[in-house]
Amino acid sequence: MAHEAVIGLECHIQLRTRGKMFCGCPAEFGAAPNANVCPVCLGLPGALPRANHAAVEAALRLGLALGCAIREESVFARKHYFYPDLPKNYQISQYDRPLCVGGALPVGDAGGERRYELERLHLEEDTGKSSHPVRAGDRPFSLVDFNRAGVPLLELVTQPVFREPAECAAFLAALRRLVRWLDVSDGDMEKGQLRCDANVSLRPVGAAVLGVKTELKNLNSIRGVEKGLAAEIIRQRRLLEAGNPVEQATLLYDVEHDRLAVMRSKEDAHDYRYFPEPDLPLLRVEGPVLEAARARLPELPWSRAARLVARHGLSARDASVLSEQRELADYYEACAAAADGRQAASWVMTEVLRVLHERAVSIVDFAARLPAIRLGGLVARVAAKDIPRPLAKQVFAWMLEEAGGVDDLLARHGVRAMGAATDLRPLVLEVLLEHEEAAAQVLAGSTRTLDFLVGQVMRKSRGQAAPQVVRELLAAELARRSAGEFPPRAPGFAP
Amino acid sequence: MTGRELWRLTARALAAAVRAGECTALEAVSAGWEGPAARWEREVHAIAHSDLEARAAGAGTAPHGPLAGVPIVVKDNLCTCDYPTTCGSRVLAGYQPPYDATVVRRLREAGGVISGKGNMDEFAMGSSTEFSCYGPTRNPYDLARVPGGSSGGPAAAVAYGLVPLALGSDTGGSVRQPGAFCGVIGLKPTYGRLSRYGLVAFASSLDQVGILGRHAGDVALLYALLAGPDPLDATSRPGPPPDVGGWDGGVEGLRFGWPANLWREGVDAEVVGGLEEAAAALERAGARRVPFDFLPGEYAVATYYLLATAEASSNLARFDGVRYGHRAPKSPDLHALYTRSRSAGLGVEVQRRVLLGTYALSAGYYDEYYLTAQRARTRIRREYEAAFSRCDLLLMPAAPTLPFRLGEKLDDPLAMYLSDIFTLGANLAGIPALSAPVTPAAGGLPRAVQLLGPDDGEGLLLRAARALEVRGDRARLDRSHEVEFTWPTKR
Repeated sequence: MAHEAVIGLECHIQLRTRGKMFCGCPAEFGAAPNANVCPVCLGLPGALPRANHAAVEAALRLGLALGCAIREESVFARKHYFYPDLPKNYQISQYDRPLCVGGALPVGDAGGERRYELERLHLEEDTGKSSHPVRAGDRPFSLVDFNRAGVPLLELVTQPVFREPAECAAFLAALRRLVRWLDVSDGDMEKGQLRCDANVSLRPVGAAVLGVKTELKNLNSIRGVEKGLAAEIIRQRRLLEAGNPVEQATLLYDVEHDRLAVMRSKEDAHDYRYFPEPDLPLLRVEGPVLEAARARLPELPWSRAARLVARHGLSARDASVLSEQRELADYYEACAAAADGRQAASWVMTEVLRVLHERAVSIVDFAARLPAIRLGGLVARVAAKDIPRPLAKQVFAWMLEEAGGVDDLLARHGVRAMGAATDLRPLVLEVLLEHEEAAAQVLAGSTRTLDFLVGQVMRKSRGQAAPQVVRELLAAELARRSAGEFPPRAPGFAP
Repeated sequence: MTGRELWRLTARALAAAVRAGECTALEAVSAGWEGPAARWEREVHAIAHSDLEARAAGAGTAPHGPLAGVPIVVKDNLCTCDYPTTCGSRVLAGYQPPYDATVVRRLREAGGVISGKGNMDEFAMGSSTEFSCYGPTRNPYDLARVPGGSSGGPAAAVAYGLVPLALGSDTGGSVRQPGAFCGVIGLKPTYGRLSRYGLVAFASSLDQVGILGRHAGDVALLYALLAGPDPLDATSRPGPPPDVGGWDGGVEGLRFGWPANLWREGVDAEVVGGLEEAAAALERAGARRVPFDFLPGEYAVATYYLLATAEASSNLARFDGVRYGHRAPKSPDLHALYTRSRSAGLGVEVQRRVLLGTYALSAGYYDEYYLTAQRARTRIRREYEAAFSRCDLLLMPAAPTLPFRLGEKLDDPLAMYLSDIFTLGANLAGIPALSAPVTPAAGGLPRAVQLLGPDDGEGLLLRAARALEVRGDRARLDRSHEVEFTWPTKR
């Protein structure tokens, strides 16, 4: 009997607010241990929580973007379990009346999205962080850092809508893009800003009833989610095929060793004893607040991608790449405003993304150095056949390092003095005519001879031309010849 | 004015003396300790933590505000950064908070000085102040009897003269019942009027900081200074608090409910006699008695103990020995650390309630117990609302008995719980209530009544308390007659 997997995800999204969920302590990552704490997030006797409205606003943004129904009155609840990193031994969360209900996340390229339905989205507080350092000679001990305790979290629970681990990975990537797009979270899985647990069960293909599920905890990378689920599906399939039952359990997945370990079995399952948090009033989201949040919502990534296709004639794939990040899409569109959309896309996707990758800089930092309007100007000149693409690449490189428009840069590097690339060409053609033998050698593969030809052109320009530009012009001209094109006649030379 | 007399003054008169330079704040604060406490404290044991240096420091920095130099006892469950705050529990032994409760901060800003931390039933769970890890507090009017609880320490300290005012907490009657047993006024304000920030929670939805004082005017003064919204307490009531400045304005035309069905049985004759006396005094002062039967939910006690224990089991989860307070030494693992620390740190009554509350919130029982109790609570609140459509205030007993003997109910939790039967309704309904003394019973024991008002009815309650203070004599309502108080005599 063939089995299919049914998977549901629980994602924890750390909200990027200045303060914590229920107090004013900084919610930043990376401070000295226990530097960002106060009586509230330490759970000291007598301290009381107060809801951070910035976190509520961020939750509303994500909820609205996902098309969730927003509850006008939602309820904070206490979830009880004892653990040293949980200062009150209960977590303030939401239970039977969460802030956001339903909704769906579209995943995939424009036009071909698959929508994954959600169950709910609710606000809660993060726990502290335990560590168990091992020091030679010491009795075992544990340390707890409460900086993270009380940092706002948004828990997103999907319906059991996934069949393949790869779908889950794509979903997580899309969720990460969305939370960053909305400025809700930095979504860095390595820093724990986006965490994922998965519930998975197998059932005979076509069956309507779900099988016994297991929960995989702490899948802290997209790869981990995909690999962990794959491993668990294999484990469950082997059990079922051997006629053994799957037992309800919570498992930990070790991505390094591709190993699953049981964290707790069904008997050890917690009774969380949820009840409404009496220290906090109902969380009310009045109509006007909701409308204001809706009005502040930016164009969503999937709408943006669709618009890039419709307006700039991009392929769905390219539109997706450019909509990966809101600032990138903004950069692209600012660039496209000054030039042809497809050419701008090509420049942004090849040159800009390459630089971002090579230099490990963000698009924001990149844009500060090379504003889209400058790049757009360059792309427009290329489109107008004013500057050949090889020269344009050189100009792009200069733009990254220096200030000034295209013409300023050409002038500064001696190209402009020669009347730009078009004005260098007569010199190039002249040199090629004078040194036909050398040209033939270059075509045969001699780079040293190319250096010689560059030197000749440089001499004729009295040192005004940029060697790189000359080199590219020479190479382009020779390539054209080898392809059998007729050389344009140099002015002043009779055939 | 000499130090010997200062402790007899009202808070208002004492602050005026300090502001006028007739005495220093330190003299004002020390008066109770050098006067009556020297005779009483050793036997009554009202104070859990006292500290000469902290008192002197407090007096030295007290601003010349409305409470300039007025010493105030604060119950041991209100956070103070200059005194330990231990809730009468071993589990918090030596714990000193890094912050002041909002009410403590406000009273300091008005010039008040902490005189000491009042003894209490552990985590405010009890009605006799016998459940304290520091040993019981005794009733100054009869040392063989309890002062009531859980704010027995603060009530007794006000009664014997250590301080003119004290702060307690009232979850089911813990200010009103000890107030009644010690012959002082005990006010439980409307839920949310006094900030709970820094009050170590017992049952968050029922807890309210309360005021104990010898005179209605003093209680009104402190209430006016402490009440009002607190951004640190999300459950504090928004908007300006009720004006209690007219506490000496009399009760002419006021209708007080007279639900005599409540004391037809199970209530001491002396208590009923006190009710008759109070009603007569209010009538003399121009108020009108409105008799009707009142059934504040047959199930109020059950409702209260379900909700209070459920919330307590959650609120007390944090006392685990990990971050502060008592930690069992040499625990082999985490589970042992928790169970040993809590078993050794929490007393028997607290453990009983934590277990009850944990059970009530367990999967499978939650709907039956917690949710049912919540629905009952809503109905009880509606019954009080209905009552206040027929009258302005309700007059009823504060407790069914006079102060009982130490140990009398120690082994009978249910009997102990029933001593809250008349007080816990106000906590369930969130309404204000106060206990006010009337003439002592035949044996000299304090005797009191309880008055309940609608939301924000503190002004009316204090007017009525003042009318009772002057036995309904309209000519003596003004502030010059504040000195009358029945002091305990040493037996």
